[in-house]
Amino acid sequence: MIPDPLRYDLKIIASWIAPESKVLGLGCGEGDLLFWLKKKKNIRERGIEIEESKVIKCIEKGISVLQGDINEEMEDFPDNAFDYAICSQTLQQVYEPSNLIHSMMRVAKMGVVSFPNFGHIKVRVQLAFTGRAPMTRELPYSWHNTPNIRVLSLNDFHKFSDQIGFKILKKAAIKTKPTNRQGKMVNFLPNLFATYGIFLIGKE
Amino acid sequence: MSEYIDQNPKGGSVGIVEKQFFTFAMPPDRLKLESLASIGPVTIAYETCGTLNQEKSNVILVLHALSGDSHMAGYYDPTDAKPGWWDIMVGPGKGIDTDKYFVICSNIIGSCAGSTGPSFINPETGTEYGTSFPHITIGDMVAAQKALMDHLKINSILSLIGGSVGGMQVLEWCVRYPDMVQSAIPLATTTRHSALAIAFNEVARQAIMADPNWNQGDYYSSKKPDMGLAIARMIGHITYLSDDSMRLKFGRKLQNRSALSFEFGAQFQVESYLQHQGNKFIERFDANSFLYITKAADYFDLAAQYGSGSLVKAFSKCKSKFLVVSYTSDWLYPTYQSKEMVKAMKKNGLDVSFCEIDAQWGHDAFLLPSDRLDNLITGFLRSVSLDT
Repeated sequence: MIPDPLRYDLKIIASWIAPESKVLGLGCGEGDLLFWLKKKKNIRERGIEIEESKVIKCIEKGISVLQGDINEEMEDFPDNAFDYAICSQTLQQVYEPSNLIHSMMRVAKMGVVSFPNFGHIKVRVQLAFTGRAPMTRELPYSWHNTPNIRVLSLNDFHKFSDQIGFKILKKAAIKTKPTNRQGKMVNFLPNLFATYGIFLIGKE
Repeated sequence: MSEYIDQNPKGGSVGIVEKQFFTFAMPPDRLKLESLASIGPVTIAYETCGTLNQEKSNVILVLHALSGDSHMAGYYDPTDAKPGWWDIMVGPGKGIDTDKYFVICSNIIGSCAGSTGPSFINPETGTEYGTSFPHITIGDMVAAQKALMDHLKINSILSLIGGSVGGMQVLEWCVRYPDMVQSAIPLATTTRHSALAIAFNEVARQAIMADPNWNQGDYYSSKKPDMGLAIARMIGHITYLSDDSMRLKFGRKLQNRSALSFEFGAQFQVESYLQHQGNKFIERFDANSFLYITKAADYFDLAAQYGSGSLVKAFSKCKSKFLVVSYTSDWLYPTYQSKEMVKAMKKNGLDVSFCEIDAQWGHDAFLLPSDRLDNLITGFLRSVSLDT
């Protein structure tokens, strides 16, 4: 089986992962990224996913995966069991983001975190002009049914790193659509123009 | 475990299979049991499907549950009414694909479908063992299976698969012979019985032993304890179902009648179903075997046996890759018991996958047709084959 080309944001994450490393995918969905990394970079993978149907898809692909809650499942891994823990577009949905980051930094040497940027110009303009909770392509839910309970901007994440105590080793501010394979880096005013932020983080 | 189910339309049949026998532990080299007793000779009935490849690297060992046998798939004779007990899973193009894998299933020691058990003639006395049969354990079952593997000159098993008491054997294998096992799929199982599981087993055993025909296990030349065994089976069936599945399957529906009457005969469908299951069971199962195997399941405690009480320690020598599967409605071996083993495996850095299948059919769900289980097993076996 040859893996499908990755979504733009996942491609950037994949480029940061060293070959032959041990990778934990948090909320790994159907395991596309882990599968790609396994085939192309020969990594040793483990996923955590809560939805049964997605867990089955992972196992069908030959991806090792545990069905369960990411915070709970991380507890049982020994310290530094992985080289990377990847949390792709999930941080904004967890109840206790700081616990999640702490656990990631315990079980892995490095972490990758990505999330939709709530500082994006469209978000700001919508709130400013309509006076209502913004809904964008990246965060497409109404206030009352959104899973995204912890929306944040790229600047928020920088501040968060100081507060929680982790280092930002690499970052990529990108402009891409949610399911798109194309996209570009945003270097000018990233907190205003990037739709997503991706960070490689390490221990202080 | 349920009575045989009809063949799955998906995939083909393995066709005609033959029950084979292997006898070992000829006195004085008897098989030493965990109870410190010994027994010999020991005969093991087994069946195989598919073809062993030249490297002997495509072996899958299927471990059957409490009341199963070596007849996992196919037919002994074209006129057989039903195929083997896991025909939905084992066959060409099925979850365990016999075009790819050489699949072996043997009847457990202590059972009554061709392997040495209490209904066997004791060569020293010339009569059936009855309750003079030594107590056996899950470990003894596995030791006998290992002897069969040695006989077949198989020293590496690609995957072990079993549900329920079969799952216990899977776990025991991984701990006992870590170098032989590349991967394992324990389904709907546990590393030790809960008090609830022991309680049901004890009531079932008491039903048999309270039957006057049981006669301390000495009944082979007279009337058998059919009533006791049928009740034991009825109790078992309650534990294999779930509140949900019983509600959907039976509810308060009546059997062959439109209104209730004041009498003690079976009136509700659920009563009639249980009686039917009990009556079918006595035709094929030995009451003493039921006593011995349920005891073996109750004794099983991986943490106590191999980890001085620690499950993490018990799995410390394991090397296999695992796929653990539980079912949401299994109240005999609930998900938390599977999660405990997954936890211990993770703490040992083992490559373990876990899936809890949402199914309302209770403990028996692993024996029912399910694309989800098929896909899980197919995908997992494919990944294990690629790893080697």
